[in-house]
Amino acid sequence: MSAEISAPAAPLTMAKAINAALSDAMAEDDKVVVFGEDVGALGGVFRVTDGLTAKFGEERCFDTPLAEASIMGTAIGMAVYGFKPVVEMQFDAFAYPAFEQIFSHLAKMRNRTRGAVPVPVVVRIPYGGGIGGVEHHSDSSESYFAHTPGLHVVTPATVEDAYSMLREAIDSPDPVIFFEPKRLYWSKANVALPARTGPIGTAAVRRPGTQATLVCYGQTVPICMAAAEQAAKEGIELEVLDLRSLVPLDDAAIERSVAKTGRAIVVHESVGFGGFGAELAARIAERCFYQLEAPVTRVAGLDVPFPPPKYEHWYLPDADRVLDAVDRALSAG
Amino acid sequence: MTLLDLSARDREGATAIAVRPAWDSEPLRYLDEHGAPVEGGARPRPESLAPAALLRGYRALRFARAFDTEATNLVMQGRLAVYPSCRGQEACEVAAVHALTEQDWLLPTYRDSAALVLRGIPAVDALTLLRGTWHCGYDPKQWRTMPQCTPLATQGPHAVGLGLAAKLAGDDSVALCFFGDGSTSEGDFHEACNSAAVYQAPVVFLVQNNQYAISVPLHKQTRATSLADKAVGYGMPGVRVDGNDLIALTAVLGEAVDRARAGGGPTLIEAVTYRLQAHTNADDAARYRQSAEVEYWRHRDPIDRLARYLTAIGALDATVEAEIDEECEQYCERMRAQFAEEPTYHPDEMFEHVYAEPTTQLLAQREMVRAEYGSGEGEGAAQ
Repeated sequence: MSAEISAPAAPLTMAKAINAALSDAMAEDDKVVVFGEDVGALGGVFRVTDGLTAKFGEERCFDTPLAEASIMGTAIGMAVYGFKPVVEMQFDAFAYPAFEQIFSHLAKMRNRTRGAVPVPVVVRIPYGGGIGGVEHHSDSSESYFAHTPGLHVVTPATVEDAYSMLREAIDSPDPVIFFEPKRLYWSKANVALPARTGPIGTAAVRRPGTQATLVCYGQTVPICMAAAEQAAKEGIELEVLDLRSLVPLDDAAIERSVAKTGRAIVVHESVGFGGFGAELAARIAERCFYQLEAPVTRVAGLDVPFPPPKYEHWYLPDADRVLDAVDRALSAG
Repeated sequence: MTLLDLSARDREGATAIAVRPAWDSEPLRYLDEHGAPVEGGARPRPESLAPAALLRGYRALRFARAFDTEATNLVMQGRLAVYPSCRGQEACEVAAVHALTEQDWLLPTYRDSAALVLRGIPAVDALTLLRGTWHCGYDPKQWRTMPQCTPLATQGPHAVGLGLAAKLAGDDSVALCFFGDGSTSEGDFHEACNSAAVYQAPVVFLVQNNQYAISVPLHKQTRATSLADKAVGYGMPGVRVDGNDLIALTAVLGEAVDRARAGGGPTLIEAVTYRLQAHTNADDAARYRQSAEVEYWRHRDPIDRLARYLTAIGALDATVEAEIDEECEQYCERMRAQFAEEPTYHPDEMFEHVYAEPTTQLLAQREMVRAEYGSGEGEGAAQ
């Protein structure tokens, strides 16, 4: 990203920040192309690609047939040629038809060709629940991607990060799965664009604390912040660590935090069993065992298919469930 | 007919499959199986009928056969981990490669190793995947030839991406994508054809219908009487051609490549051919097909057919054949020499190209494996 004079900070939603990142990236590099279902004329079902076709034309931002596997395969082919495709999977679960292309090719092409063929594709995926969506509109599938070597997997929780990390993802020579927490699309912050936050691969302490670390990302970051605020009223200081990037993972930041607090609670919305939190808990146990005052626990989505909207509130990890886990951690030993 | 009626029986059982294919219509051809031009057949460009051009094609067929035979020998000697032969399908391999220029892209299946070497890729590099040395032994960007891999039809959307990219970049290169008949059942085949037509991408889809997907015959793969008919559904031209007739293939492929290059969009070509060998060296074809059927197709060998025609027009004689024999033998000797050298392996290579830069976690794992491996050459310690 070139050095520019920032516009003054102004209120910006996460959706608009992503839109601005796409627009700025496309303006700077004509190899960047955006495509997917409904991203062109409609501007995306969440309006995240609004105005891009009008500004850059149909050869830079276009609508595809309804076919996720071919959207991904076409992106791969275009990346091999020399373009930088930024494709959208309209909702998390709609990426499933594209899994073969993602896991068999997007993740493996660099390795398969010993570095001769990088595939600098960004796959934008709105994920997570809490919006009252019917089945298949609220999944969180980040574990499958994190489990597949060759992919970078990132998820912003703040408006600034949404802009900065998307710009960085587009510039990256690696394929990046960019998970957008859809419940936070309309969250607002005062941001000066172009924003530059920490690099992909670094975590951020959103709230320093001393008694326990809440390790979280994406949709659960505001949940953890709310829990920490609540806990502070009772004199309990919780540290909230926003991972930002699942792959590459900032082991050092996690270790620093847990060494300080002695207690780790992982909070994520996706299914707990076999989820990314399991990896985090294992790593913390392996690396920080002697600093731990309590077992590492996870507050995660229930091990059930994401429920209908009327049941959602029982499923989603909320501040109360997090605080219950904090209580157990504090009273351990 | 019930499904049972259509079931293949093994060589001991009753004959349910007719030896002679029961097609509704014959595919487009220039030469019949005896090497004589047919009435009302394919219309090649005059320059491709010049003896010199035909002889070039014939040499390439013989070369492809020699390569395939040598690779078959290598796998029997244990120098390749697996080899899916294209014996009998050489006309498709040659015609496809000769229809393209160096700026065009070729997307092979795992059976198209002959096409790789025809493209110019050294045999030892082309066969890296099948040898088990690495997943791809050549630089796809250098050769404009994508890697072979096992997943079926997934290369279809890649072809569309390459074609669309070329179109958007304003260059007139074309992507030629191979498929087998089996992979026309895969979703990616459908999506690739559909999106290529929607985008009017400069792609040529070449389906080598060799009648079998491992053991599954075409009539269990589709009820369509012609794979080329599927093109209608996608809104692009479809042509069903005799895949053992190099002249007809040259005509059809030339037209399709020209159309794509001129901005006329994609074409679906079904080349009707036959897989003379089993699926790979690990397969036993006698379990699902009859030797009479194989013999039927041996008499329609693409090389013999063209040889008869070339001999009839005076372009081929024993002297030329002997020259070609010698060239092929020299190539195979060089190939054997290349394969006699055992490559070296190092576990570090597993970590080098996972990402542009290895993660700290990967570096730690690399150290762990290095410690297990020690400092010697050759294969690492058993896990």
